[in-house]
Amino acid sequence: MENKLSGFGLDPTGVERRTFLEEGESSPKQSLYSLSLSASLYLACFHLLSLKLGFILLLLSIYKMDLDLSAPHSTGTTIIGVTYNGGVVLGADSRTSTGMYVANRASDKITELTDNVYVCRSGSAADTQVISDYVRYFLHQHTIQLGQPATVKVAANLVRLLSYQNKNMLQAGVIVGGWDKYEGGQIYSVPLGGTILRQPFSIGGSGSSYLYGFFDQAWKEDMTHEEAEQLVVKAASLAMARDGASGGVVRTVTINAEGVTRKFYGGDTLPLWHDELEPTNSLLDLLSSSVPEPMST
Amino acid sequence: MSSIGTGYDLSVTTFSPDGRVFQIEYAAKAVDNSGTVIGIKCKDGIVLGVEKLISSKMMLAGSNRRIHSVHRHSGLAVAGLAADGRQIVARAKSEATNYEKTYGEPIPVKELADRVASYVHLCTLYWWLRPFGCGVILGGYDRDGPQLYMVEPSGISYRYFGAAMGKGRQAAKTEIEKLKLSEMTCREGVIEVAKIIYGVHDEAKDKAFELELSWVCDESNRQHQKVPDDLLNEAITAAKAALEEMDAD
Repeated sequence: MENKLSGFGLDPTGVERRTFLEEGESSPKQSLYSLSLSASLYLACFHLLSLKLGFILLLLSIYKMDLDLSAPHSTGTTIIGVTYNGGVVLGADSRTSTGMYVANRASDKITELTDNVYVCRSGSAADTQVISDYVRYFLHQHTIQLGQPATVKVAANLVRLLSYQNKNMLQAGVIVGGWDKYEGGQIYSVPLGGTILRQPFSIGGSGSSYLYGFFDQAWKEDMTHEEAEQLVVKAASLAMARDGASGGVVRTVTINAEGVTRKFYGGDTLPLWHDELEPTNSLLDLLSSSVPEPMST
Repeated sequence: MSSIGTGYDLSVTTFSPDGRVFQIEYAAKAVDNSGTVIGIKCKDGIVLGVEKLISSKMMLAGSNRRIHSVHRHSGLAVAGLAADGRQIVARAKSEATNYEKTYGEPIPVKELADRVASYVHLCTLYWWLRPFGCGVILGGYDRDGPQLYMVEPSGISYRYFGAAMGKGRQAAKTEIEKLKLSEMTCREGVIEVAKIIYGVHDEAKDKAFELELSWVCDESNRQHQKVPDDLLNEAITAAKAALEEMDAD
C-alpha cells in the first residue's frame, strides 16, 4: 500500500520537500525542478548512454511516481491469517517498497508479540513496527502480572486501542493471530481505522483485493494444518502475481498448542500463474547466453 | 488476647519492638465486632452470606446492602465499617472497568483480588491515611472457574474455599469445615450458609438481623446476583427449622 503522506527528506535535486503531499502531487516549483532535472538527465543520457535508458529515466521522472528513495517505506503487501482445526496459520509476502523501489525483497512481516501471539503487518512499516514494539512491551508486563500467557483477544485489543486512539497519525492494518488455552486458535483483524473483528480467516494489504473472490470459494471450516498451509501459500502467490506492491517469497507461521513453526517458501517453490515467467537465479544467466532467446507472446 | 501497645500504637507507620503494627490490629478489631460474613466455594459457584444486624426497627428491609456486585461475574461482601467498605467496592468496580477497557476481557478474579488487596494495603503505608476498618470477601466466576478470596484490613489476601469474618467467625469456620464443599451445588450451599448464619447469630446480644445472600454460579449464568426470593425463603425456613432442632436437643 503506497503511503499517502510523504515525510521530510531531500529529493535528488537537493530541495527539501514539503510534508504531507498527497501521493502524486507536487508543488509547481518542485515539478519544474524535477522536469528540468529530467530534461537535463535525458539529454545527458542521450549523449552518453543509449537512447533507451535516457527515455526510461525521463518517463520515470515525469510519470508521477518518482524514483524517490526518501519516500516512507510502506509494506505494500499481502497478509493472510486463517484458523484451522487446532490453531492458526499466518502468511505474508516479503516485499517492502519505497515508492517504486523495492527496499527489501525478503522482509519478514510476521512479527512476534508473545510466544503464542503473532501479527501480520501491512501499511506503513514504521507505524506497524512501533505498534508491535509497544504491544509486546505491554503484553510482557501483563503476562508477569497475570502469571500465565496472555490471550489472543487481549493482544488484539491492545493493538486496536493504539490504532484507534492514534488513527490520525497512523497507517497500520494488521492481522493478529495466535493460540491460547481458553479459545484455541483465533484470528483478529485490525484494519486502518482501529476496528477489531474476530474472523475465521482474514486478508489484508494491497494484494488482498485480488483474494476476496478466491477465499469465498476456497475457504472451508475445520481444515487440517496441511490444507490451511496450502491455502495460504496458494493465495499469497496469486496475490503476488497480480499486485505490483507484493512479491518476493512467502513466509508462514503456524501457531497451535504445541508451539510455533516458521516456514519459508522461496520464489522457485511457488506456483506460477497464467503467463508468469519462471524465476531465474541471476540476471547474469540471461546476459551470459550468447544468443538471446526471442521473446514469446 | 488483646494487648495495649502503649506508645507504639499511635500511628500506622510505627512498628512496636516485637514487630507488630498495632493500628492494623486495631483495624482488624473493628471487623471482628461486626456481623458475621461468610463465603463458600461450591463445585459450581460461590455463595456469599451476611448477617446484617439491624440497628433500628424503622429501617427498610433490603436497605444498607452489605453485598455488592463489582462486575457481572463477581461480588464483594463487606464486614466492618460500612462506609469504608463502600470505598473499597467503588475502587474494585473502577479497577474492573478499567481492566476491561484496556484488555478487552473481564478482569480475572485473581487479578481483581490482587488489586483490592494492594489498595487496602496502600492505606497502611502512610501516616496521613488510616487503615480501612473493614475486611471483604470477594467471590467471582471467571474462565478459570469459581474463586473465593478474603482481604483483611492489613492488605493480606488469600484464596479460600470457605471464609468467615466478623463476630461469629470462629463458630462459622468450624461449621464450614464440616461441609463437603467439593460435592455441593450452590443451591445446597445457599441453604447451608443460611443455617450457619442463623446458627452463629447471638440472640442474647443482638436482637434483630437480616440475612443477605448472593451467589454466582452456573445456575445464575455466571452472573453475580441476589439469591432468588423463593430460594431465599426456602433457606430461611430451613435455617429456622435447624435452629429449633438444635434447641430441642
